[in-house]
Amino acid sequence: MAQASEQSPAVAGPNTSLEVEGVTVSFGGLTALDNVSFRASDGEVVGVIGPNGAGKTTLFNVICGFVRPAAGRISWRGRELRHQRPHQLAHLGITRTLQGVGLIAGLSALENVMVGAQPLARTGSASALLGLPSSAKEERRLRASALEALARLGVAAYAGEHPSSLPYPIQKKIALARALVSGPALTLMDEPASGLSSSDIAELGELLRGLRSEMGVLIVEHNMDLVMATCDRIVVLDFGRVIATGTPAEVRANPVVTEAYLGAPVEAEASDA
Amino acid sequence: MTLFIDLTLNGLSYGAIYAAVALGLVLIWRATRVINFAQGALATLTTYVAASLLDRSINSWVAFAAALVAGLVFGAVTERVFMRPLYGKPELNPVVVTIGLLILVESVAGAIWGSTDRGIAPPGGVSQSGIILGHTYLDFSAFDIFILGSVIVLMVLMLVLFRWTSLGLKMRASAFAPEVARLLGVRVGRILTVGWALATLAGALAGMLVAPLVFLSPNMMDPMLVYGFAAAVLGGLDSPVGALVGGILSGLGISYIGGYLGSSMETVGAALLLIAVLSIRPEGLFAAAKARRV
Repeated sequence: MAQASEQSPAVAGPNTSLEVEGVTVSFGGLTALDNVSFRASDGEVVGVIGPNGAGKTTLFNVICGFVRPAAGRISWRGRELRHQRPHQLAHLGITRTLQGVGLIAGLSALENVMVGAQPLARTGSASALLGLPSSAKEERRLRASALEALARLGVAAYAGEHPSSLPYPIQKKIALARALVSGPALTLMDEPASGLSSSDIAELGELLRGLRSEMGVLIVEHNMDLVMATCDRIVVLDFGRVIATGTPAEVRANPVVTEAYLGAPVEAEASDA
Repeated sequence: MTLFIDLTLNGLSYGAIYAAVALGLVLIWRATRVINFAQGALATLTTYVAASLLDRSINSWVAFAAALVAGLVFGAVTERVFMRPLYGKPELNPVVVTIGLLILVESVAGAIWGSTDRGIAPPGGVSQSGIILGHTYLDFSAFDIFILGSVIVLMVLMLVLFRWTSLGLKMRASAFAPEVARLLGVRVGRILTVGWALATLAGALAGMLVAPLVFLSPNMMDPMLVYGFAAAVLGGLDSPVGALVGGILSGLGISYIGGYLGSSMETVGAALLLIAVLSIRPEGLFAAAKARRV
């Protein structure tokens, strides 16, 4: 994987990375995101948490270019992502997992991961259309990277299977392999722990901590144990606003956060931080 | 008995042509959930391109290749110019636009080249007279073999492209889940353009193969579109292999109907086949059984 990320064209600057500044999104009269700002650096696991409807997935959609913000800016390695289109993101070195699994039903596990490996491709569609040998070589290279990514997550045995026939936790791992295969500089994970057993979640936590040496990770997650145990920094959203940012300990101790989650003031002593 | 053999052989070569038309329809349906009613008209246009080159005494193989290249170009232009603005719009819109395009292209062809029938010789002067096997004369010519061969080559190339190249992988990913594919870095728009280009190439091949059997006129492909559509539906609309099998089956069926019941029954037969498939097995013979998110 490490060598894969060296090939990625996006790995340019040292520690610069994602910067979200004053992003506002409204759907009709509803403000989904209100002046949201935060940053994520290389080698850092940042968690985005908040009650349902706080705007977490919308935030991911803005970063990916599915939703255009009414105000604010998003920069990647110091360059503003102004009119980025979803397909360009992977080539910039940013990948994303979807809520649920988001695997493509008509493709095998390996093929799903190979689609994720496309940013590694050096030759274009034209040479494939002309049947050039470079295209066949490319194909083998992508296949090898995809198999490697599946093996890393311990699911290489399922390479030829169709996702829908596999148990949910296996599907989740295939989806993760697909997000990691291109050696991105930043991965956005939308609820990676949902639907997983506690042992699977522990394994996921270990993986996330291990990814620090290779990339930045931004996760939206409801499982507080996972978030508290793996994130370096946490951004708390509530009704589209950032109400707190800090280390897990700081966030846990913040009364505003507990209030957002429980809807009423609680005794500060209840917190164990 | 000889009649049966002749009808079978005849059904095979026409079936191959229906298969090529069906393949074009299937490729577009898979990728964009649009039935391209203009497929036949575009194929007629590419055949006229070849005919104009032949009129200028250009080598018939060059003209043949030019028709296929014209198919690629017309398909790409159709997708980019006419279909692209329609994605995400009501499903009726592309239906109306492709039917409109069918009428437009056929009228333009009529305006440029006239609406009288004209003959087209097979490329390279490949013989169209039947072969004699032992003492039996078979209504099966070298050109019929060429028809079967070229459609099989097209099918194999498409299969290789889809199964074993990364372009094919991107095409499948874009067809199954465009949003996810986009997120993974696939330029779905460009992939769709390539898909329409390849589909129209398949139609162009059908046009060049059928023109020597019938006559070239602006409406030459209209019945082919009906038969090709029947073949595609029989094969399941979603499966290129189904298009081939559906094409051959409907070619045979229509040939037997024409031979035993009279040629005026051919179109009726195709229509009955279409109705039967749609009412008995609407998902076709080869469609994937599982439900699919579109």
